Amino acid sequence: MSHDAADIGAMFVHFLAMSMLAIGGALATAPDVHRFIVNEHHWLDDQQFSAAIALAQAAPGPNLLFVPVIGYSVAGLLGALVALAGMLIPSTTLTLAVSRWGSKRRDHRGVRAFVAGMAPITIGLLLTTGGLLALPLVQRQAAWWLIAATVALSLKTKVNPVWLIAVGAAAGALGWV
Amino acid sequence: MRVFSLLALQGFGGVLPVAQREIVERRRWLSREQFVETLSIGQVLPGPNVVNLALIIGDRFFGWRGAFAALAGMLALPLVIVLTLAALYARFAAEPQVAGALRGMGAVAAGLIIATACKLLPTLARNPLGRVACAVALLATLASVGVLRWPMAFAVIGIGGSAVLAAWWRLGRRP
Repeated sequence: MSHDAADIGAMFVHFLAMSMLAIGGALATAPDVHRFIVNEHHWLDDQQFSAAIALAQAAPGPNLLFVPVIGYSVAGLLGALVALAGMLIPSTTLTLAVSRWGSKRRDHRGVRAFVAGMAPITIGLLLTTGGLLALPLVQRQAAWWLIAATVALSLKTKVNPVWLIAVGAAAGALGWV
Repeated sequence: MRVFSLLALQGFGGVLPVAQREIVERRRWLSREQFVETLSIGQVLPGPNVVNLALIIGDRFFGWRGAFAALAGMLALPLVIVLTLAALYARFAAEPQVAGALRGMGAVAAGLIIATACKLLPTLARNPLGRVACAVALLATLASVGVLRWPMAFAVIGIGGSAVLAAWWRLGRRP
């Protein structure tokens, strides 16, 4: 896949914006990354998008790594670096500027109102991300069972997610999903 | 930096529990209370919260160089691993087994994220907004971003902004 500089630039700008909007963690931005990459620009399809997030979840490291994987799927190594840089620069700058200020004002009414007000939005965005990942699988009944079993096991037991991902990979490789 | 690399590599599906054990219990860089406090600052600020946590701790102990060492330690090795996986996937995506395995992993990833959201739901019961307002904000987010596919900026600034104002008002009423 080849993209010109304008495409890569547009992706960079999109991730700059995502960085500032990533209040509930990186995965909460997945719906908007999907809207931009899949719906608007058609650089990836639903299945490729889900694969990128599944790969990032299967590998060790912070969830944010789904961003360079998406960048890589769109435009190779350069895409990965551009996406990651976009995702990190604004939030990193702000964090360093504000962290000393914020630690003294944790109980400030404004800070508490911000945390409380953003909480339901974060959870809504996470549910949307889960739904988006399930999107390419809607016609496969076995996948519904796998999703339901994963939710149940994660809620009821302390099983390490990496085992669940391994089971999912094995079931998929055997052609069951 | 070595510590943060170590942390990141152990963190399958999320680094936070490992970070807490290493930084608080083994290295004793921070007390439990300081850790929670630092994390909540990392969560208030935009950006991935574990990355923010690494930055703040690195900065506090070793200045801005420490902050960037922590950031690099957190990301460098996992980045190499995940991009290697992505490159392998791109090469073998046409194989039915590989495509199947990724489909299975995608289903589990969807389940894990939905479960994370479900685990966070009970925290809303103590939210100063009250349950009804929380439910409205959550469903409005789902509908606008998930169903109508509006840009997330609308949800975060529009719905989030209104919810923050409502919380501000509620917090002022019962001090």
